[in-house]
Amino acid sequence: MIDIQGVSKVYGQTTALHSIDLTIPASQTTVLIGQSGCGKSTILRLIIGLVQADSGSVYFEGTRVTPEVVISLRRKMGYVIQEGGLFPHLTAYDNVALMARYLGWSDERIKERLDELAELTHFPSEGLERFPVQLSGGQQQRVSLMRALMLDPDVLLLDEPLGALDPMIRADLQVDLKRIFQALGKTVILVTHDIAEACFFGDIITLLRDGRVLQKGTLDEFIQSPADAFVTRFINAQRSPLDVMGKDSR
Amino acid sequence: MKTYLIIIIHLFVCNIFIAIFLPHAVYSSTPEIKIGSKKFTESVILGEIVTHLVKSTGEQPIHLRELGGTRVLWNALIRGEIDIYPEYTGTISEEILAGEGVHSKEDIRQALIKYGIMMTKALGFNNTYAIGMKEEVAERLKIQKISDLRQHPGLKFGFGNEFMARGDGWPILRKNYNLPQQDVRGLDHDLAYRGLEKGTIHAIDIYSTDAKIQYYELRILEDDLGHFPAYNSVILYRSDLEKRAPHVVTVLKKLEGKISESEMINMNSSASLEMVPEGQIASDFLSGSLSLETESYEETVAGRLLRHTGEHLFLVAISLSASIIVSIPLGILSAKMPGLGQVILGTVGIIQTIPSLALLVFMIPLLGIGGPPAITALFLYSLLPIVRNTYTGFQDIRPQIRESAEALGLPPGARLRLVELPMVSRSILAGIKTSAVINVGTATLGALIGAGGYGQLILTGIRLDNISLILQGAVPAAILALIAQVCFEAMERFFVPKGLRLKPAS
Ligand SMILES: Nc1ncnc2c1ncn2[C@@H]1O[C@H](COP(=O)(O)OP(=O)(O)O)[C@@H](O)[C@H]1O
Ligand SMILES: [Mg+2]
Repeated sequence: MIDIQGVSKVYGQTTALHSIDLTIPASQTTVLIGQSGCGKSTILRLIIGLVQADSGSVYFEGTRVTPEVVISLRRKMGYVIQEGGLFPHLTAYDNVALMARYLGWSDERIKERLDELAELTHFPSEGLERFPVQLSGGQQQRVSLMRALMLDPDVLLLDEPLGALDPMIRADLQVDLKRIFQALGKTVILVTHDIAEACFFGDIITLLRDGRVLQKGTLDEFIQSPADAFVTRFINAQRSPLDVMGKDSR
Repeated sequence: MKTYLIIIIHLFVCNIFIAIFLPHAVYSSTPEIKIGSKKFTESVILGEIVTHLVKSTGEQPIHLRELGGTRVLWNALIRGEIDIYPEYTGTISEEILAGEGVHSKEDIRQALIKYGIMMTKALGFNNTYAIGMKEEVAERLKIQKISDLRQHPGLKFGFGNEFMARGDGWPILRKNYNLPQQDVRGLDHDLAYRGLEKGTIHAIDIYSTDAKIQYYELRILEDDLGHFPAYNSVILYRSDLEKRAPHVVTVLKKLEGKISESEMINMNSSASLEMVPEGQIASDFLSGSLSLETESYEETVAGRLLRHTGEHLFLVAISLSASIIVSIPLGILSAKMPGLGQVILGTVGIIQTIPSLALLVFMIPLLGIGGPPAITALFLYSLLPIVRNTYTGFQDIRPQIRESAEALGLPPGARLRLVELPMVSRSILAGIKTSAVINVGTATLGALIGAGGYGQLILTGIRLDNISLILQGAVPAAILALIAQVCFEAMERFFVPKGLRLKPAS
């Protein structure tokens, strides 16, 4: 579905990615995990063509992602960022409908699609006429998701979509997101720095460190046969309080 | 984008209306007869007299009052921006044609022809420098002529600073007349009059047709040695007028030899001491001396205010809308192309550092006098706030918003139209508001180069030392600035999307 071949990316003095190779299988959820600054967002930006690789290539459905073709490729991808991605001057409805209108969809078709999406994402339909400032963080992310899904893209790219939410809202949306992914059967790439969230969404997890793929596999494999000591440290650092308490009482 | 087109179309329509309905002294291509006058009362009165005369021939005269000094009037005349203005022979020979060595009237006439300019014969009075004393003091001391001063070495003189330094001023006067006085100081003219009243000064320098001669009961001492050059009043006009409007030249000649010194003094004091409008004075003179009945087109205060409001709005509307149309794209370019942006922002920034008065004066050699140079200067002056606000508005768009718009697959033009411009609308509008307020204030200076507007009232008020007249110009200008501000604030409701005007829910 998506092939990343020998891609490096340098920002001034910082090397964000060191010659990465990564294949994203179709119709599955691929989870990218790693510490802040390890290059997760950069990978998504390369796929959707917001930044250009310094070397190597990214292929989307067999087409090389280049500035010439990127505009049409983007319409086959949905992109959701952590927060602040909604256009504040447009209502939720208009945010979601913006691109379809630009492409000349009829009002009825847009309305129909929006009703469908509101139901899918459990977004209250009366909220559609509100502006982003009038929505809670969780609602804003549901609108972002609707906007990403509007054109029924082949791929969904989610960059820490739950990262800015309170734990309770986060748990609700997690469940909804997983249900949506399963219902749609789309190719999903989800970025997170939270190991529990990673396990919740994906069977296969890709762990990045300092712009390199450190290990790819299930959580079990990470625990049983870590690629190096960092893998173990990364997992241990994030164990939940319940795990820690459970271990102490044993 | 639609809303932006609407703004621009609106502005255009407004301008066309203003341009059609306010055909004032702003265009230099109309076939009217244009009369200029310098920025002192005597010149304005003479300008009014000529204006009335021209009108009596059936032509449409326009009087560009108090345009400036000799240079501005002379240049406007040879460029054809005005057709006629009153001048003095001394000024022509000593200042305009200085260095050409012309002295006699015939010399002057010949020299002027080279410039395509004709001169009437002298109108009668000679407005030269003179020495004045209180009538009663002069009478008591039996002083009639300047040479009589030699008999009174104890007299104290107070001369204007200019007179102390001029070529025909005190040092040469003293030498020519062999005057013995020691107590001679340079001081401000107004103080000199007061000193004369109190008796601390006995003689001062004065223009021979000065209105204050009567007011202070002064005696003008006869220049018995012919020290001061003649400043005979004449009227200059373009020679093409003889073909274009021969009857106008004919009526101008009617003034020759018709205005005596005492008559001019009377008219000057009516204007500056009794506040009689110059138009009225001119009309009275013509009916008295030439038996020519002219309608004194005395404007009501309201009528005059309306006319100046129209002129002012004309200057502001054209220059501001041109500035809006140009500076929004410049601001966008600056934001999109950082290299070019530095150049654009730098350039409009430098324009703003030029004092507005200087900018106006720079325009005269390029565009002459009247509306076009004033509008150009105001246009340049209004650029910076809009360009800079547009630019910073773009800089302030959050990166997440840019990224989201790009990631949706919108091409650059659509991103600008659908996302970026609506988001910077508030900032752009704030820039326009600042520009409008600056523009309305600066437009008052337009009167200095003959563009009219509220500044004309202020200028006349300063000349006549008339506070009420100054306020009649300054207060409406301030009110207009306030109205502009309120209007642009109200426009936020239409041009700033609702989502940007809401406060976040707590
Ligand atoms: N536009 C940029 N300019 C400079 N450095 C950047 C830029 N974007 C990312 N980086 C740097 O590249 C590295 C990887 O960034 P990113 O992919 O955003 O990391 P992550 O999403 O994993 O936190 C970081 O060191 C970051 O500081
Ligand atoms: Mg990131």
